[in-house]
Amino acid sequence: MPPLLDAQALSKHYPVGGGRRGATLHAVDAVDLRIAPGECVGLVGESGCGKSTLVRLLARLIDPTSGRILLDGDDTTAVSQARFVTMPARARIQVVFQDPSESLNPSFRVFDSIADPLKRLLGIKDRAQLAVRVHRAADLVGLPRELIERYPHQLSGGQRARVGIARAIAVEPALLILDEPTSALDVSVQAVILRLLADLRARLGMSYLFVSHDLNVVRLLCSRVVVMYLGRVVEVAPTEALFTTPRHPYTQALIAAIPDPARRGEVRPRLDGSPRSPIDPDPDTCRFYGRCSRGTDRCATAMPALRPFGDDHFAACHFA
Amino acid sequence: MTAQLQIEAFSLAFRTRHGTVRALEDVSLSVQRGEIVGLVGESGSGKSVLAYAVMGLQDAAARVQSGRITFGGMDMLGASEQALADVRGREVAMIFQSPRAALNPIRKVGRQIEDILRQHANLPSSELRKHAIAALNRVRIPDPERRYNAYPFELSGGMCQRVMIAMALACSPFLLIADEPTTGLDVTTQAVIMDLIRDMSRDAQMSTLLITHDLGLAGEYCDRIAVMHAGHVVEVAPTEELLSHPAHPYTRQLLAATPTPRSTVDGLVSIPGQLPDLRRELPPCRFSARCARHVALCDELPLPWTVVNEAHLVRCWVPL
Repeated sequence: MPPLLDAQALSKHYPVGGGRRGATLHAVDAVDLRIAPGECVGLVGESGCGKSTLVRLLARLIDPTSGRILLDGDDTTAVSQARFVTMPARARIQVVFQDPSESLNPSFRVFDSIADPLKRLLGIKDRAQLAVRVHRAADLVGLPRELIERYPHQLSGGQRARVGIARAIAVEPALLILDEPTSALDVSVQAVILRLLADLRARLGMSYLFVSHDLNVVRLLCSRVVVMYLGRVVEVAPTEALFTTPRHPYTQALIAAIPDPARRGEVRPRLDGSPRSPIDPDPDTCRFYGRCSRGTDRCATAMPALRPFGDDHFAACHFA
Repeated sequence: MTAQLQIEAFSLAFRTRHGTVRALEDVSLSVQRGEIVGLVGESGSGKSVLAYAVMGLQDAAARVQSGRITFGGMDMLGASEQALADVRGREVAMIFQSPRAALNPIRKVGRQIEDILRQHANLPSSELRKHAIAALNRVRIPDPERRYNAYPFELSGGMCQRVMIAMALACSPFLLIADEPTTGLDVTTQAVIMDLIRDMSRDAQMSTLLITHDLGLAGEYCDRIAVMHAGHVVEVAPTEELLSHPAHPYTRQLLAATPTPRSTVDGLVSIPGQLPDLRRELPPCRFSARCARHVALCDELPLPWTVVNEAHLVRCWVPL
């Protein structure tokens, strides 16, 4: 099956410092990512590793420094970000943002929040037609009709999360990018939203890119997981393989850090310290070098590339 | 063993313009020497209000209605502001959720630790710097001499939280109150910080009250767990027992809603309804409206303390 989304050698660099000798911050570096139709891919990594920049690149909210993004085989990076917003492909990718209380316009009623992308992206102007689509989206996410005329501040956290999802799926996207959709919610509400997301994907056949720091949640929802470290992909694997036989030392540390009452009192290897600077990193040094328990001189002289380990399992480490 | 902290039948209400909020009702809990007790519950259940009350930090609108809080034999509710100020920071210390907000942004972190020492430790001025650096070293901050001169904005979130812990532990307190100490940190950093808190309490026989919404985290690090719902402590039990044999229906549902490495999306159970409005007239059991095991007794008689065994108490007429 051809991929729905195919990102090739995607990079985003930011100039910092200014002046002639200005340095470059490598937020995302040569990332390849494919998402098949109907697939749910998880994206994990610590804060500052470039997850959010990658999300913005894929959603075409910012322009990449280099690399291409193919959507249904068409190169979306051929046109500028400013032009892209007017194209029909814009509605194919939608984002559900992290904190639903921050990302909803406080002066919009629920109806207007959900109707806004329908008006802008699909050009629906007719009020009756809008109402049909808004109600359908609200029904899909289980938002009671009587809440549709309310303002965000009159809703609970779980209801606001539903509005954020309804707004994104109203235009019937092929790819839904979920950026930490449940991190602001209590577990009881999180459980409802996770089940809703699983149910929506089954019913609408959308692909998901699910960004989260909670590995237990990623494990529940995703069939494949991408691990990022300092702007680069260090491991890609089917979910079960990643959790049972992680190959990259960073992934191993990440999985060992999941709190687990079953392993109480055990002394586990911990990943201490902080990542290296993303500003002008040495192109020949592994980004994890210095923090890695297995680092050798070779890691400082040759950047490891992603290597295959069985079906669909790739890791970027000399010693994986 | 003697209880370091004893909370007995404590009730606290806030007088607001919109009525009296009965935030805590008949709360009893003790923390022994060297013990780590977890206080878990959803947001709004009263966890933080209880922690602040223990520190003697109450809002002007708060009214203690009944009960006692004693710390090492000292009455924390009746003590003068002078006596409390003397105890805080020296014998009871607290670490907060957002370390960057809790630290003074325009003062070097080393200086901020010195402030605590100057206030409480009775050290000559010439010794302060040495002790501050030792405190930074104890929380395993690399290169503490250099970090002494850092401002909070120059440090990562994990590093700021370590500075907070260094400040809290500078005077070797008997009791540490940790209010969501790792929320907002990466899982790898969370593991390091929690290991640190656990090791510190073991080594110094320090009591710890860990407030968290993450049952998995509490399960890995706590000796006992108290579950709060709508201002009530509904169940207290040793960790293993609480996780394997919860007796309160709310605890069981909270466990079923929390993703673990072994759960599935369909296995996740959400908790129906939401926290009741604490300004209203409430039935004796505040969970009764959400509870599947509800019987007539629940709305009539005051809540019992049902003894499952010596260490396992539950506030329910029909425990599991």
